[in-house]
Order: sequence, then C-alpha cells, then structure tokens
Amino acid sequence: MNVEQVFREERGRLLATLVKRFGDLDLAEEVTSDAIEAALRHWPVDGVPDRPGAWLLTTARRKAVDRLRRDRVHAARLALLQVEVDRADPPAGDALPDERLELFFTCAHPALPAEDRGALTLRCLAGFTTPEVARAYLVPVATMQQRIVRAKKKIREARIPFRVPDPHELPERLPGVLQAVYSIFTEGYAAQRADLAEEAIRLARILHGLLPDREVTGLLALMLLVHARRDARAELLEDQDRALWDRDMIAEGSALAERALTGGYGPYGVQAAINAVHDEAPDFASTDWPQIVALYDVLLKLVPSPVVALNRAAAIAMRDGPAAGLALLDELAAEPKLRDYHPYRAARADLLHRLGRTTEAAQAYREAIALAGTGSEQDFLRRRLTATEEQA
Amino acid sequence: MKYMLLIHAASDQQSSCTVQDWIAYEKEMKDAGVLVSGHSLADLVTATTVQVGPDGRRTVTDGPFAETREVLGGYNVIDVPDLDAALDWAAKCPGSRDGGAVVVRPIAEFDF
Repeated sequence: MNVEQVFREERGRLLATLVKRFGDLDLAEEVTSDAIEAALRHWPVDGVPDRPGAWLLTTARRKAVDRLRRDRVHAARLALLQVEVDRADPPAGDALPDERLELFFTCAHPALPAEDRGALTLRCLAGFTTPEVARAYLVPVATMQQRIVRAKKKIREARIPFRVPDPHELPERLPGVLQAVYSIFTEGYAAQRADLAEEAIRLARILHGLLPDREVTGLLALMLLVHARRDARAELLEDQDRALWDRDMIAEGSALAERALTGGYGPYGVQAAINAVHDEAPDFASTDWPQIVALYDVLLKLVPSPVVALNRAAAIAMRDGPAAGLALLDELAAEPKLRDYHPYRAARADLLHRLGRTTEAAQAYREAIALAGTGSEQDFLRRRLTATEEQA
Repeated sequence: MKYMLLIHAASDQQSSCTVQDWIAYEKEMKDAGVLVSGHSLADLVTATTVQVGPDGRRTVTDGPFAETREVLGGYNVIDVPDLDAALDWAAKCPGSRDGGAVVVRPIAEFDF
C-alpha cells in the first residue's frame, strides 16, 4: 500500500477516534494533520509501519499533548489526555476501533444547517481541505470557511454529541446522513465532477460497511446505477450510447438494489430499482415501462412530491402514449413547485411535440428555456425548439 | 451542560394541552433530576418594556405585543449531558405541540 492510500484509508478513522477521545473537532483535526505531516516526513525514510493506523494515533495523541501544553485555556483537558498517552499505545492487534459511524451522525446532525452537512462530511470523513470542499459546492473559499467554522462552533458549544443514535432513533436520524452523502453525489453530478461522485460512493461504501441498513444499501445502489452511465450522460437517456455504460457497476448496483428491496421499501431503494430497470434495458424502446410505472407508484406513496408525480407521468407517457402522460401533466399544472420548474415545461413540450401539436410545443419549449438555469440545459432545449419549429 | 428551553406558544391556535400535561412534564423533569429552574410567563398584555437611552433617561412602554405567530410563554433551564438529551426534553414539552415550538439554547459558561 502506498502512503497516499494509507492516508485515504486512515484519515477519517483517525479523526473519528480523536473526536471521540477529545470531544473537540478542531483539536482532533489539527492533530490529525500534524500526525499525517509527521508520517510524510518519516515514512519515506523509515518505510510505512506495520500498523499505520496505530502509529498515526500514537503520534496524534502526543501532538495533542504538545498543543494543549502550549494552550493554557485547555489546561484542564491536558491532565486527562496525559493519562491516556501514558497509559499505553493503542490496543494490540490490527483492528483499531472504527468510530467513523459516530462521526457520520455528528456531521449530519439535524441541528446543523442542511446545506452544511454534506460539506462537513466531506471535510471530516473524506479528508477534503476547505478549498476542495468550496470547489465541490461551487462557493467561494471564504464562504465555505465561514460555514465550516460556524458548524464546528455549534458542535462544540451546543455540545452536539458524538454518538450513534439508538435503534429507535435511527428512522429519524439516518435520512439526514444519507442526504448528506447523496448531496455530495448530486453536487458532483451537477458540476460534472466524477471524482466527487466517486467520493460519495466511497463514503456510502464505508457507511454500508458500518451500518448495513436497507436504505444505506439502497443509496449505494442508486449512486452506482446512476454513475454507471457517467460516460454517456451528455445525452438524454433515450439517446445514450449504451455501449459506454459501466457493466460491472450496473451488476453490482442491481444486486444491491435487489437486496435493498427485499422485505420492504425505502425511497432510495425504489429509486435504485428504477435506475436498475433503465440500466438493464438493451435499448430505450424495450425498457420495461410497466415495471417503471409500478415503481413510481410505490415511490409516490413514500415521497408524495410533485417532482415524483412528474416523473411518474413521463413513465406513463412511455407506457400508454403521450396523450395519457399529457393529461397527467396538465393535472399537475396547479402545483406551485412545478410552475417555475423547467423540467416540467420541457416534459410537457416533449409530449405536445410527440402529439404533433407543434405550435403549443414550441411555446412550451420557450417557457422551459426562460426558466432553465445552466448553459447546457438551455442549449439542449434550444435545439429541441429549433427542431419543433422546423416541423411546424 | 445547561440548556434553556424557550417555550413559544402559537398565538393563533387553540392548544389541546391540559394543565395536567404541564404538571406531568414538570414532575418528569424533577424526577429525572434535570430541572434547574423554570417559569411560565403571565399573559403578554401584561408585558412592559424598559429602555435606557445614551443620556440615561429611561423610557417605559406598554408591550411588546405579538407581531409574529409565536409568543414566548415560559422557559425551563435543564442540566443534561448533551444537545440530543436537551432535544428529547424539548420534544416532550407540551409547548412543542399544536403549532407551538420550543427553542433550545445552550447556556454560555464563562471562566472568570
């Protein structure tokens, strides 16, 4: 194993262990960096130690004592820590306790702002630097710095605990953790950054190893099944070159999706299953639309949102024809959430186009273009508008 | 660690909580040994505001009256290990139901 891989594997674990010991995220982060810096000096000369995790932990504890000695405000904590350092080196055997699950729940605590939970998870569990996190979320470094400082201050001063919730609390707490990881994936997707999407998948794998819950399995499956199409995603699903899809990733994702839906349903598992049906179809036309509609029926019960209803209507249009889909879309016209949502206008335009109502289709495309944010979305809609106008 | 639970009642909604609910809640906090102090506040129409200007003159005015949907109706100070424990007590408070809300604020500790 090379030095970089060791850090990647050990950094989150080391940080989690130190947060558990000190109850102070800032101190834990500082000495984690110190320990890694020391490793960068020593390991290239002396070689990577047999138990790199234990080496890093011992070094980090000594660095913590040094830091606390210099900092009189923390003097009270010093006595406690000195005992720990003197007591001995970490437990024998290769297995250091893995406390990353606690850290996941701390970073995604519902008392923290939802938009900061993904950022904090990247910072603490993936080991991203603040500038890297800022780049991932497309915000200025200073802004991200403020957000991370504020989140850490709240963890420390409001005393957000470092613990895994009891089983009866999991249904309330786990969705926040999954949302934090999924937000990293969707940010990566929006910014077209495969590395970020892969980091989210890596975090989901860690989480899955620590807490093999149905929805954790579902989330990992969902991300694998979407990421499998990364090389073809410049096109709409119907136009994608399926030879570019990652078959191994689809196989792994499908198996996980199946496991996630054994004996019950959760929103991530159902979304994974929908993507599995798409990924397993040899071409767009032979997609199992009845199956997709059935899965959207389930999803709409679990997550009764207008956006899910919109996707269900699009699937029904594929199963029963554009007229059936359009009727459902027009029923949704009064939804405030969809009024300014350009995919709604674009879906409507597409169905009108397929029904040969080109004038109305062109009008709907114009509405969609006016609402579409990013350049590539707009370009795509403009091309569709031009094609529609040529037929009119 | 001490937290203050600020109990905001919804001003426009009829509460389904009974006096017994509040008595039971207070007893539960006392029995658990977490209650430091707590009071419910008299009706908002009895509130008076005092301000002292830069010249030292004081101004006394009636009110304030509820401009928002919620009014501070009382508080509890509890002593529990961490925020999760404080949130559990806030969730048990009758004031968190029926459109009301309980705001949880850690009490600052200064080393003098």
